[in-house]
Amino acid sequence: MSITLKMKNIRKQFPGVIALDGVNIELLKGSVLALLGENGAGKSTLMKILAGVCPQDEGVIEIFGKEVKIDNVNVAKTNGISIIFQELSLSDNLTIAENIYANKEPTKYGLIDDKKLNEECKNYLVSLGIEMDPKILVSNLSIAQKQLVEIAKGLVTNPKIIIMDEPTSALSNKETELLFNIINKLKNEGKSIIYISHRMEELFKIADFVTVLRDGKYINTVKISDTSVDELISMMVGRDMLEIYPKRDFNYQDNDVVLELKNLTKKDYYHNISLALKKGEILGMYGLMGSGRTEIVKGIFGILKKDSGEIFIENQKVEINSSKDAINCGIAFVTENRKEEGLVLTSSVAENISSVRIESIINKFGFLSYQKETNLANHYIKKLNIKTPNFEQIVNNLSGGNQQKVVLSKWFEIKPKILILDEPTRGIDVGAKFEIYKFINELSKSGVGIILISSELPEVLNMADKILVINDKKVITKLDADKTNQEEIMTYITNKKEVNL
Amino acid sequence: MINNKILKNYGGALLALSVLVVLFSILSPYFFNVDNLLTILSQVSIIAIMAFGMTYVLMLGQTDLSVGAIAALSSLVLGVMLNLKVPTLLAILIAILSGLGAGLINGILGIKLNAPGFIITVATVGIFRGLVYTITDSKPVVIEDTFILALGNSKLFNLIPYTVIVMLVLMHLAQIVLAKTRFGRNAKMMGGNKVAAEYVGINTKSIYLKVFMISGIMAAISGILLASRLYSSQPNIAQGYELDAIASAVLGGTSLSGGYGSVIGTLLGSIVMGVINNGMNLIRLPYYYQQIVKGIIILIAVYLDIKNKKSILSKGGK
Repeated sequence: MSITLKMKNIRKQFPGVIALDGVNIELLKGSVLALLGENGAGKSTLMKILAGVCPQDEGVIEIFGKEVKIDNVNVAKTNGISIIFQELSLSDNLTIAENIYANKEPTKYGLIDDKKLNEECKNYLVSLGIEMDPKILVSNLSIAQKQLVEIAKGLVTNPKIIIMDEPTSALSNKETELLFNIINKLKNEGKSIIYISHRMEELFKIADFVTVLRDGKYINTVKISDTSVDELISMMVGRDMLEIYPKRDFNYQDNDVVLELKNLTKKDYYHNISLALKKGEILGMYGLMGSGRTEIVKGIFGILKKDSGEIFIENQKVEINSSKDAINCGIAFVTENRKEEGLVLTSSVAENISSVRIESIINKFGFLSYQKETNLANHYIKKLNIKTPNFEQIVNNLSGGNQQKVVLSKWFEIKPKILILDEPTRGIDVGAKFEIYKFINELSKSGVGIILISSELPEVLNMADKILVINDKKVITKLDADKTNQEEIMTYITNKKEVNL
Repeated sequence: MINNKILKNYGGALLALSVLVVLFSILSPYFFNVDNLLTILSQVSIIAIMAFGMTYVLMLGQTDLSVGAIAALSSLVLGVMLNLKVPTLLAILIAILSGLGAGLINGILGIKLNAPGFIITVATVGIFRGLVYTITDSKPVVIEDTFILALGNSKLFNLIPYTVIVMLVLMHLAQIVLAKTRFGRNAKMMGGNKVAAEYVGINTKSIYLKVFMISGIMAAISGILLASRLYSSQPNIAQGYELDAIASAVLGGTSLSGGYGSVIGTLLGSIVMGVINNGMNLIRLPYYYQQIVKGIIILIAVYLDIKNKKSILSKGGK
C-alpha cells in the first residue's frame, strides 16, 4: 500500500506549553489510522496543523510523497484534507443543504440555484445512506442528526484524507453502524482516514492501525490486530491501568429513600415516571438518544416542569417549579452539554466553582471575598486533581475532563442530597474518567443519592447499583446491575417490550 | 405553499399591519384611500432604504449606528457638487461613493480594531456628523437641480412617487443579493456561525467590509432622496434615523443577534412604522402620545415575532 500522508518530527509550541514534540504519523492509502491519547495529548493540535489553522514550528508534512506547507485553510483543502469536527461546525440558521454545500452552491446566471442545490443534496445524502430532507433547518435537528450532517459536509468535497474527531460521541448504535458503513466505503475507494475516538471497542471494529500520543509526544504505532485494550490504555496513560472502573466498597441502606417520584408526567416529554432513589445509591438510567432520559431529570430539576405526578424528598412532598427550588431541595444537576449548560467558558475556574453557591464566598461586609473564593477553588483543584495552571485560568482553556471536574466541584459545593449526572464522561479520556468515577463513588459513600444517565452501557453496568431502562419516554424496566448484561438491556430497548414494575 | 411561507416568515409584521389598517380605517375617513396609502409609502421610503442596508448588517450580528450621519454626509456632498456645477448624474454618483467610503471606513476600523460594529459606529457617527457641520458651517446648501428635485417630489403618471419606485427597485436588488447569491448566503452563514463560515473557506473579513459598504451606499441613497425632499442639504437631517431603521428591520423579522434577515420583511416593518405615524397624525393624536403608542406597538410586534420564530424552531425538533 502506498503512503497518503506522512508527518515527520512535528513540533508545535504555544506560549508556555510544548503541545507537540517529535510526532510522526504515517497514513496508508485505503486505511483507517486511529489516533489515541488522553485529552491534552496533542491530538487536536495535530488536527489543527493539518487543517491549516495553526502551522507547525518544525517538521515536515508529505502528501503522496510531496512536501507541502499547510499554512492556511485553503492549502489544506486543495490537498484533499477534510476535517469533521466534534464541536459541531454547522450554522443553525441554514438548511441541511445550505450547510453541506456552503460556499460551493450550484449557481445559474450568478444566482444560487436552490432547486438544483436541494436535488443534488438529496441524491448525495442517499448515496451515503442518510435519509433526511435537505430543506430542513439545522436548528430542528437532534444532536445525532447534526453530527451526521457534519459528516456529510466533510465528505462532500471528495477529500482524499479525512480526519474524524470523536464522530460517534453523539451517535446511537444504529447511526454509528451507518457511519462505519460509510467509512468502509471510503476505504474501498482508496481514501485514508484518521479516526479519533475515546471508545476503545470502536477502534477494534473500524481501525487498521493505532498511533498513541501522550503529553505531546509520539509513543508508538501498532497494528490493531496485534494489540489489546489493556495495552493501548497503558500506552496512553503511561502506566498499567488495571481497571477502568474503581471498586465500590459500600452498600446503601435499602429503606432510606431520599427521592421518590410518583407517576411524573409531562405530555410529549415523559410519561408515568415512578422511581425511588435511596441514600448512597447510584441509580443508572440507560436509553438511546431521544428516549426521554434527559427530559425526565429535567422534570425533576424543574426545567421541564411536570403536568402531573408527585415528587417526594426524604418522604416529604415538594413542589419544584424552577431550578432554584430544586437547588433549595438539595438537588444538583450536572448537565449533558457542559459547554452550553454547565459552564461559563469565559470565566475563571474559581468563578465557575463559586457560581452556584455565591453566598458561601461573601464576607462579613456583604462583599465577595477574593480570599474565600481562592480557598474554595484551591480546595477542589486539589480534591479532584483539576489540571489547571491556577484558579484564575479561563475554563475554556482547560481540557474536557478538567472542565467536567469544574462542573462537579461547583455542584458538590451546594452539598447535594441528590446528584443527577447526565453523560458525565462524554468525550473525556480514560484517566480523567477514572478520577470522576472515584469521586462519584466517594459521594455515594457519603450518602448522596445519585442518578447516572449514560449512553455507554459498560459505564452504567459498572457504576450503577440498579438500572432503569428508558425507552419511548417511559421507564421500561428496572434491573439489578449485577445480574444483567449488555445483551439483555439492548433486547429491552430493541423489542420495546414492556414489563410491569 | 407560498402564502404559507409568507405567513410563517412575516406573520408578526403582517398581523400588526392588518390590525393597524383596520383600526385607522375605522378611526379616520381619510386613511384608506390610494392617495394616502401612496403617501405613506413615499414617507417610509427613506427609512426603508436605509433599513435595507441595516438588514445586512443585523444579519451579520452587527449594528451600524452611523447611517443617519452618512445620509447627512452624502446629502451634503450632493449639494456641494451641484453648486460646483458638476453634472447631475455624476454628482449623485459621487454622493453615493461618499456613503460607500464612509461604510468602508466603518468596516476597516471594525476589522483592524477587532471591535463590534456597534461601538465603531458610535465613534464614527460623531466624526461623520462633525465633518458635515464643519464643512457647511452649520448652514444648509440649497438645491435647485430640477432632476434631483423631481426625484423626491414628483410622481410617475402623476400617481406613484418616484421615491417609492426607487425603494422598490432597491428592495428587489437587495433581496436577490441577500437570498440568491453566494455572497448573501455566505453572509447568512457568517451571522449564524462565524467559525463554521471560516472553516468552509469563506473570507469573513471581506464579507464584513462589503456589508458595511452596502449599508453606507443605502444610507447615501436615503440622504440624496432626503435632500431632494427638503430642497436642500442640511447638516442636522436624519438624526435618529438609525434607530428607526433598526426597528423596521427587527419588526420585519430580522434577528438582532444575527443569522436571520429578510429585506422584504424589513419593508413590511417600515410600512408598519409608517402606518402608525400617518394614522396617528390623521386622528390628531398629540405628538407625545404618538411616541408612547409607537413604543408599545414595537414591543407587541417583536413579541409576536419571537413567539412565531420559537414555534418554527421547535417544530420537528424533538
